[in-house]
Amino acid sequence: MQTDSATAVSRRDLLALIGSVAGSAAMYQAMSSLGLAADSTYKGPIALDGDVRGASVLILGAGLAGMTAALELRKAGYKVQVLEFNSRPGGRNWTLRGGDTFTELGGFTQTCEFEHGLYFNPGPWRIPYHHRALLDYCKRLNVALEPFIELNYNALLHAAGAFGGRPQRIREIKADFQGHIAELLAKATSQNKLDAAVSAQDKEILLNALKAWGALDKDYAYKANLISARFRGYAKGPGGGLDGGVGAAPIAGAPVGLSDILQSNLWRYLRSFAAHELQTTMFQPVGGMDMIGKAFAREVGDLIRYDAKVTRIAQDDSGVTVTYADANTPAAALTAKADWCICTIPLSILSEIPIDVGARMKAAIDAVPYMSAVKIGLQFKRRFWEEDEAIYGGISYTDLPIRQIAYPNSGLDGGGRGVLLGGYIFEGSNAYEFASMPPLQRVERAVALGAQIHPQYPAEFENGVAVAWQRAPFTLGCAGYWTDEARVAHYDDLCQIDGRIALAGEHASYLPAWQEGAVLSSLDAVTRLHHRVTKT
Amino acid sequence: MSPQRFALLTVAALLAPISPAAAQDAAAGASGSTLSTGFKFSEHSGAALYANVCQACHMPDGKGATGAGTYPALAGDDDLAAAGYPIAAVVNGLRGMPPVGEMMDDDQVAAVVNYVRTHFGNNYRDAVTAADVKAVRR
Repeated sequence: MQTDSATAVSRRDLLALIGSVAGSAAMYQAMSSLGLAADSTYKGPIALDGDVRGASVLILGAGLAGMTAALELRKAGYKVQVLEFNSRPGGRNWTLRGGDTFTELGGFTQTCEFEHGLYFNPGPWRIPYHHRALLDYCKRLNVALEPFIELNYNALLHAAGAFGGRPQRIREIKADFQGHIAELLAKATSQNKLDAAVSAQDKEILLNALKAWGALDKDYAYKANLISARFRGYAKGPGGGLDGGVGAAPIAGAPVGLSDILQSNLWRYLRSFAAHELQTTMFQPVGGMDMIGKAFAREVGDLIRYDAKVTRIAQDDSGVTVTYADANTPAAALTAKADWCICTIPLSILSEIPIDVGARMKAAIDAVPYMSAVKIGLQFKRRFWEEDEAIYGGISYTDLPIRQIAYPNSGLDGGGRGVLLGGYIFEGSNAYEFASMPPLQRVERAVALGAQIHPQYPAEFENGVAVAWQRAPFTLGCAGYWTDEARVAHYDDLCQIDGRIALAGEHASYLPAWQEGAVLSSLDAVTRLHHRVTKT
Repeated sequence: MSPQRFALLTVAALLAPISPAAAQDAAAGASGSTLSTGFKFSEHSGAALYANVCQACHMPDGKGATGAGTYPALAGDDDLAAAGYPIAAVVNGLRGMPPVGEMMDDDQVAAVVNYVRTHFGNNYRDAVTAADVKAVRR
């Protein structure tokens, strides 16, 4: 920023000034305009001011998008009703606990047998710190949050064909990969091979930085010593006293060779922690993700009609008429009418429902395939990952078809039973193959495969549940899959208000499969709808 | 469903390297199920492809399923009469149906289309070829 230092007010001073006289909302606006809070497009709670003139809105779907719309529109004075296919609120915001029963398409029924207090989130399971809209609703609706541990340095990276199938600790692979790269780069720098890219002035700084960042020794080498051990961990950790006579001094372990890391492909998992959408701090609701859906339902549950399957969405100049059937009396066609409609039905389903919208919106509704994803929850007799392996929360990665094993982030070091995410398979061949299996077989395969990483599996396993999202009756898929080409051709058409109908949901956002996308799209849709109602 | 960049190509890149032990697992499935070793399907016969890909939605008996929406039945499906229709659906996707043909080669697509068109009460004997599939890929 080019400013005259004699007259410029520092940004920090300016923000302090704005904050003290105008409150936090103005502060936020100011921060946004200064480019400091651009991580999120959320601008704080929406204010739907103005006379709604008795207008009514029919909302289809009681997931987070639908319930966000219901909450805000009722507050603004609209007459609101909600139709929901399931017998519960939340949609994909969903948690399975002991005693819960779930029947997937095809009639396969599972009853969750988890011990009381244990749970598994088949759908969304983590909330990035920059999902400001969702976090704001959690605060406003009193949903208690706790950390979701995305990166646990002591969790595992596993490649079935590398290191004799033995899992490696994330801290070792990360430190060793970084150390070897730092050494290579330091060598190239010292040998003047980077002179074209690095100025003489920067060269010395770069060498110092590589030494510090890569845990290099005084000769810029990455070796088995107590320098590298401070990053990668010890062969024998520092002890106390005389440590039973063997000596308390720490002993360094030998780094994994660069070629071994490269050949193993374990390096590719490191980006799981680097991607902005997965960077710490992440959150989860205490007790299960569905605490959010339940909190919304405390506000708007009285507006929701459950067990309602929408079969036709009609509109004309005077309003919207939706035909639906109650699951308990499916033969009877019921109707609901309103002046306006916010439709949050997933496109996988909406594309099959007759709907009166223009050709452009209809083409957009038909343009988005739904992804396959499978999640498997496994209960074990004891938390062996903590007791035997000191893995407290976080995620291990593998090239086996289960892809990931995620450890519970709560109840840490408490002993007793625990539930792991024993597989999370999205897209690619394995997602379809797991979905094609009966649920019990998915669980069996996950246990057999996971045993290659944790040999305790067979002895400690008790029971499990497996959710294949393609077979979820209320979504017929995991989330909308937008190609770049489809976005260009159809996204804006999908999000336009068509007559009296506006769509919302993660599919109407640039945050596919994230709850934040559902909330942001809903806030945008109701804001534009409200503008149309009050200003025209 | 998470957090990944969902572009199929990105996922493909992530899954591309195949480990020998994972490859062994492909053959190890009980009751006819397979787990492929990479992003693409390793099944080759029409029956195996159906049992590990299509039946996730269209169900083991080909009769589809209905919840809030419907997976159409392939059993006795008149839309299968013209072979170009199922080829296009598999290769390019159709509304909510993903383009699973992106994870198959032309021979695999032809095999599974031929399987569906000659099973579940369907009896269309004009078999399609890999060349027919290639012509439909865009």
